[in-house]
Amino acid sequence: MMNKRVSGIAAFIFVCIFVIGAFAACSNKSDDAASGNNDGNNNSGNPKSTQAAPDTGSKDDKGEEAAQDISGTVTMAGSTSMEKLANAAAESFMEKYPGVTVTAEFTGSGAGIEAVSAGTVDIGNSSRKLKDSEKSAGMIENIIAIDGIAVITDTANTVKDLTKEQLAQIFTGTITNWKDLGGADQPIVVVGREAGSGTRGAFEELLEIVDKAAYSNEINSSGGVLAKVSSTPGAIGYVSLDIIDDTVAAVKLEGVEPTEENIKAGNYLLSRPFVMATKGEISAQKETVQAFFEYLKSSEGQELIKSVGLILP
Amino acid sequence: MSDKSFSIIGNYKTKKTVEKVAAYIFTACALVTVLAVFSITLYMIISGTPAIFKVGLLEILFGRVWMPTAAEPSYGIFYVILTSLFGTSLAILIGVPIGLMTAVFLAETAPRPLAGIVRPAVELLAGIPSVIYGLIGILILNPIIYKLELAIFKDSSTHQFTGGSNLISAVLVLAIMILPTVINISEASIKAVPEHYKHASLALGATKIQTIFKVIIPAAKSGIVTAIVLGVGRAIGEAMAISLVAGNKANIPLPFNSVRFLTTAVVSEMSYSADIHKQVLFTIGLVLFAFIMIINLILNALMKGGKKDAGR
Repeated sequence: MMNKRVSGIAAFIFVCIFVIGAFAACSNKSDDAASGNNDGNNNSGNPKSTQAAPDTGSKDDKGEEAAQDISGTVTMAGSTSMEKLANAAAESFMEKYPGVTVTAEFTGSGAGIEAVSAGTVDIGNSSRKLKDSEKSAGMIENIIAIDGIAVITDTANTVKDLTKEQLAQIFTGTITNWKDLGGADQPIVVVGREAGSGTRGAFEELLEIVDKAAYSNEINSSGGVLAKVSSTPGAIGYVSLDIIDDTVAAVKLEGVEPTEENIKAGNYLLSRPFVMATKGEISAQKETVQAFFEYLKSSEGQELIKSVGLILP
Repeated sequence: MSDKSFSIIGNYKTKKTVEKVAAYIFTACALVTVLAVFSITLYMIISGTPAIFKVGLLEILFGRVWMPTAAEPSYGIFYVILTSLFGTSLAILIGVPIGLMTAVFLAETAPRPLAGIVRPAVELLAGIPSVIYGLIGILILNPIIYKLELAIFKDSSTHQFTGGSNLISAVLVLAIMILPTVINISEASIKAVPEHYKHASLALGATKIQTIFKVIIPAAKSGIVTAIVLGVGRAIGEAMAISLVAGNKANIPLPFNSVRFLTTAVVSEMSYSADIHKQVLFTIGLVLFAFIMIINLILNALMKGGKKDAGR
């Protein structure tokens, strides 16, 4: 009798919990779906920037109230390599200035500059320096960031310096043993990134070996490349400059060490500027575009540039 | 001391309500699964088919070159499919005999204290996350395989050295990963063989080993086949571990080649892909989905067959 009632109550409580749980789960699910949609609209989810939103809001209340009032659009077109930077910048800029809509298309550096010179977009993204012909047409080269790539080997490797020619031959599979480069008699294990990676695109472009690289390992993260190269004797790989550590050895290219100073001085082979070209000086642009460049030059914007793995010019 | 009015099932009406509510809850829970399967299938078909029309089914399935970001992109996944089939079969060839023997050992021949060590070990193996298998593979297995590779291809001028990230490494990792599945299900099916089969065999003068191989294993056949099919399912769907050890270059699946499986093809390139490249990755997912569906159908057929056997 007692038992039966106890088990009955237990069953009832169990059912209640279950029902409540089911409802809770349902409402959670719909919340998730809603936030998922938002992320989709913003083009790339950046949890850091969404968390930062309330902070910046409170700061702005004190300081630049007027700045937040501007509204309008900023349009960008150009380099696919700058997609990560452009999207991150657009996203956090729009959070700070809710009245401004920033759109970015990724059509390639040349197409971006053409578009800005034709006046169809405000900013032309270019992952190379502007040509003289483009400059004489009134385009202004605003270097926002510099992208640097380091070539790494395992620490025991005796080859410390490579030329551009040698590097291209290694990565296209013409040179397959370190002894041909003055090192030990051991085969070269060529480690690279997966198709679609920005680092891979930049590396192959700068070495002029686009679509010709012969990798034996395609790894889908910089950390993975680092791990593979450090644990494999005779391996060579490339990573973004900011992540190298002492588990690997960074190779000199044409005698130049991959350091921030050398890259800024323009001596290091595997680096390229990220240019946001405008037609005419920034000060001659419309208010929203000026605000966008100001944002990139502010400490917040500089942090953002560093956070996507780039070097400040 | 208390009376009936406190009990929620104390009278007919409340009892009936509880029954009804419970039935609805069970139905709702069952529908969640059906809904999930249905929406996943629909999603895979919707996102996987556009690329087929844009690139062409034959070009995708039988193309030999995977260069999705080249100026003239090529989306052939023939070698990738071949790798998945070949790699999975090799893993089964290595894993199933070991798993089956372990199951026989646990169910029939193991002394009690030894079984007490082996059984928890197998359970632990099943619980290890696949990324751990991958890490151990990259840190321990790859260097060993690389030494082997260096020794075998010492004088070869054409071999591209992989640093140990190749088909062999992937197969070894997969073989170990399917062991728990094979062992647990085989052991259960061996234990389910009626005791009198064994007694009859022993009474007729057969040795223990003869009994195991001639009587018990044939009698447990359908369970063992189920174990193998589930092992295939586990191996073909595994991504994390082999993405770390296989090298991920879409090559012909030769033992010392860096290879790419269907799962790793999707995983490794999804993050930065765009446009048709991304759609083709979904198509690869669809191909994988089709493979797993086929394996499930085989499994269902086998299970029905098994029931018929039992009924006879």
